[in-house]
Amino acid sequence: MQPRELLNSEQLSITITRLCHELIENHGDFSNTALIGLQPRGVYLSNRIVQRLGDLTDIRTIESGSLDITFHRDDFRRREEISIPNETELDFSLEGKDVILIDDVLYTGRTIRAGLDAMLAFGRPKKVELLVLIDRRFSRQLPVQPDFTGYTVDSISSERVSVDWVETEGEDKVTLYSTKEKDE
Amino acid sequence: MSSLSVDHLIGIKNLTREDIELIFSTADNFKDVINRPIKKVPSLRDITIANLFFENSTRTKLSFELAEKRLSADVINFSSSSSSVKKGETLVDTVNNILAMKVDMVVMRHPNPGAPDFLSRQVQARIVNAGDGTHEHPTQALLDSYSIREKLGSVEGKKVVIVGDILHSRVALSNIYALQKLGAEVMVCGPATLLPKYISTLGVKTETNLRKALEWCDVANILRIQLERQDIAFFPSLREYSMLYGVNRELLDSLKKEVLIMHPGPINRGVELASDVADSDQSIILQQVENGVAVRMAVLYLLAGKIERNN
Repeated sequence: MQPRELLNSEQLSITITRLCHELIENHGDFSNTALIGLQPRGVYLSNRIVQRLGDLTDIRTIESGSLDITFHRDDFRRREEISIPNETELDFSLEGKDVILIDDVLYTGRTIRAGLDAMLAFGRPKKVELLVLIDRRFSRQLPVQPDFTGYTVDSISSERVSVDWVETEGEDKVTLYSTKEKDE
Repeated sequence: MSSLSVDHLIGIKNLTREDIELIFSTADNFKDVINRPIKKVPSLRDITIANLFFENSTRTKLSFELAEKRLSADVINFSSSSSSVKKGETLVDTVNNILAMKVDMVVMRHPNPGAPDFLSRQVQARIVNAGDGTHEHPTQALLDSYSIREKLGSVEGKKVVIVGDILHSRVALSNIYALQKLGAEVMVCGPATLLPKYISTLGVKTETNLRKALEWCDVANILRIQLERQDIAFFPSLREYSMLYGVNRELLDSLKKEVLIMHPGPINRGVELASDVADSDQSIILQQVENGVAVRMAVLYLLAGKIERNN
């Protein structure tokens, strides 16, 4: 199967803007809100959202950080290779905060479960919501659902969704492609 | 590259530079973890680790135990003074009996050089050497190099002198291997009787004059005189040793540069290191101890990741 483009650069930009408006609608001035991008790929989206919120509103300080979930994964010793951790940058407490967890693709829900676990080391948030750019629906292995969704796609387990960013891949786009090997 | 080239940590000699760098980058993340309000991650929650200490230890034992607990492993402790070793049981039997209780990893300190290597060939468990006689003490060398990297930015190109009882020191040998693999220049300094005869074949400089050694180096790692391992007198008296090889404020102040002072502990204050140096800003002795936990977490995490799960 040829890779199928789900969102091009312009569509991706519109989607991020729409997500930002939804956040503003629900979180007002963001005074008690923290945005957390999940390492590694959720951080690009999180940075983009913080930047766009800055363009759309007068709010100059939105608390944001990145969270690495490697040590909280449930597949340690079940994979061929050991997962190598990324940096966690959270220099504030999450105690009593409204937290928005941000990731690029929601698939089985296992990353989010690990993220919820990892997050608790930084305090007890008042409320946690989930924002994802792409929701691969009907493929969940855990009861995890997003509160804010950029784009919903139906896909089978041999397919992958790739979210590319200008910063790393040179172009903003989202594609769906097929892999030979079957997922577990 | 995302896994170690070895299945056990017996010595630095068996590691590649990539292995050491992988341990360091993983330790960076664990150092972040142990400075959080909740200093614990669940990675090793289905792993059981036995700490077998056939020789006395305070720092290393506590550091390993803390590292294991912060990774959520189950821990059992054993020290030879209160065990059946006294009743004549062999090492392999002792360890196999412990492994029969479903233990996945063994952290061992033993007075005989080569004991962990021997054990790794005999039993089904990952072995981490926590010091074997006068041979190697790999995690100490890793945390020493990690501390230099943290303080000076990198180990590459740095000049490091190891001062003291090189002959009886496992810390010295492991440090020489680690520092050389990371691209540092190494010198050993001490009384000629405490420098091993063939040490220069390892590619290290030797020096018997402490002042000259300190003038050469960026970092001085000061070792304790291991009287418990010295069956004959290698120098006339501790007082004389201290006068010739003791590092003190006056000596350091007379140098033209600031030398980073390290010590693996335990310190004999006033013998190899004066109190005013040990407690000064120039010394990173307590940072070494803190880094020890992070480095040991990294080693255990990376080795545990190679244990196959029996589903």
